[in-house]
Amino acid sequence: MSSEFEPTILAFVCNWCTYTAADLAGTSRMVQQPNLRLVRVMCTGMVDPKYIVKSLLSGADGVLVSGCHPGDCHYINGNYKARRRVKLLNEILPQFGIDRERVKLTWVGASEGNEFAETVNSFINEIRELGPMEARTMAAV
Amino acid sequence: MATTVKIQVENNNPVVAIQGFLRGLLEDESLGGVVVPVHLFDKGIPMPTLVTDPDQLSGADPLAPAFPMNSAKLLSRLTRGQSGERIAVVMRPCEIRAFVELVKLNQGSLDDVIIVGVDCMGAYDNTDYKTFVDDRDSFEATLAFQGQHGGANETAVNGVDIAPACKSCEFPAPTNADIVIGLAGADLHDAIPVMADSARGEALLNSLGLPNMEANGRDTVLESLVKVRIEHRDAMIEATQAVTGTLSDLSEYLSSCVNCYNCRVACPVCYCKECVFNTDVFEHKPWQYMGWAKRKGSLKLPTDTIFYHLTRMAHMSMACVGCGQCSNACPNDIPVMELFRTVAARTQKSFDYVPGRSLEESPPLSVFKEDEFQDTVSHMV
Repeated sequence: MSSEFEPTILAFVCNWCTYTAADLAGTSRMVQQPNLRLVRVMCTGMVDPKYIVKSLLSGADGVLVSGCHPGDCHYINGNYKARRRVKLLNEILPQFGIDRERVKLTWVGASEGNEFAETVNSFINEIRELGPMEARTMAAV
Repeated sequence: MATTVKIQVENNNPVVAIQGFLRGLLEDESLGGVVVPVHLFDKGIPMPTLVTDPDQLSGADPLAPAFPMNSAKLLSRLTRGQSGERIAVVMRPCEIRAFVELVKLNQGSLDDVIIVGVDCMGAYDNTDYKTFVDDRDSFEATLAFQGQHGGANETAVNGVDIAPACKSCEFPAPTNADIVIGLAGADLHDAIPVMADSARGEALLNSLGLPNMEANGRDTVLESLVKVRIEHRDAMIEATQAVTGTLSDLSEYLSSCVNCYNCRVACPVCYCKECVFNTDVFEHKPWQYMGWAKRKGSLKLPTDTIFYHLTRMAHMSMACVGCGQCSNACPNDIPVMELFRTVAARTQKSFDYVPGRSLEESPPLSVFKEDEFQDTVSHMV
């Protein structure tokens, strides 16, 4: 059953760190599963909770938000703001049966292509295990 | 410690006695106006009214169990910028707490306002209020609601009871007010204690020249009131969780939502000046609707209902004071207050935040610390 399900993952990655790491992972030909759609944003601090909510309601099985390590944010503190917002969603969404694991926040620095590939692969595996998002099968959302 | 003065009640009529007290405030030269619920018509609901002429206080009914809207939003309009005069505003505890949240968001100011808080015994929702009053005189109905002993009266009358939000409100006593009218535990046919709760309030009360008194028994009555209400709240949260535990359950719970956004309009702490759900972002094109419908074979219209409610929860749940105006405003009687309070209970707890508790506490999503919420960040390598 779970072998038939291929999750769709949306990732909001910051221009300065994680996007660069994704680029590095690609140019270094690291093997990544093809389930991920990247959305490049200037900073994780601009990821409004409603982007994540909308993604999950519109067919994503998991959402990854990934930015610079603490202290490395190009805009000084955007990643700290992202952390509070993800924390907020972690409290709201599970109340409606949306597993906490479906919204993930990580820090991946610009030089960490390897870490990026591993993060992506393990997140995809995790969501594949978890199964599809309930919204996929609902007629009305 | 703080000054407590006495409002003498004549003819068993606490409403007239409080009108007299407000008249005293208005006649004090430091105040230019008083905002208080006023009966502008014989029948109907008393609306918040900015009164500048003491003679027009004869329709004022600050004790009416009517709650047409949360006046925090109105006060925000009255205090954004300068009017040149100081006003006093009579508010319920939930209205004060909502206003404190708005002040923290720079959408109002306490600079030129004296907040007069009143112990709150609850209120009927807008349609139930009319049933409650029935063919009685509005003031008679208010007096019957408050009874003789503050906080001890039965609220279920004429087949209606106070709003669920009020039944589950653990804040019957005002916080962050300048002056508190202590109804709880008072003999409303004899005298009502008025406490100063800030330096400004203290100065104002002292200038009125009223006799002092003790607010005996208030704490005990409030304590037992809070106990009952917390029990009610916890049962309400449990019942709501039981029917909204999945996305399908939530959709069913909200199935009669028509996207009118009244809950947002009525919400005192839904703070955006322009709501994204009113912008071009949601002006979808016909071909988009066709595409969405074809993907699953059908598309519920209007769209984005669950998206709207989840987004609102992310925006306002941290500041939700539980005033229940969302439910009051819902045209289809969806128990939205129950839903929002259930979500808010968890989000507020997780950030250790109580809306309206203190002006010093920043709204959690407006600040951050470097070293916090490590559990929120995953390390997958």
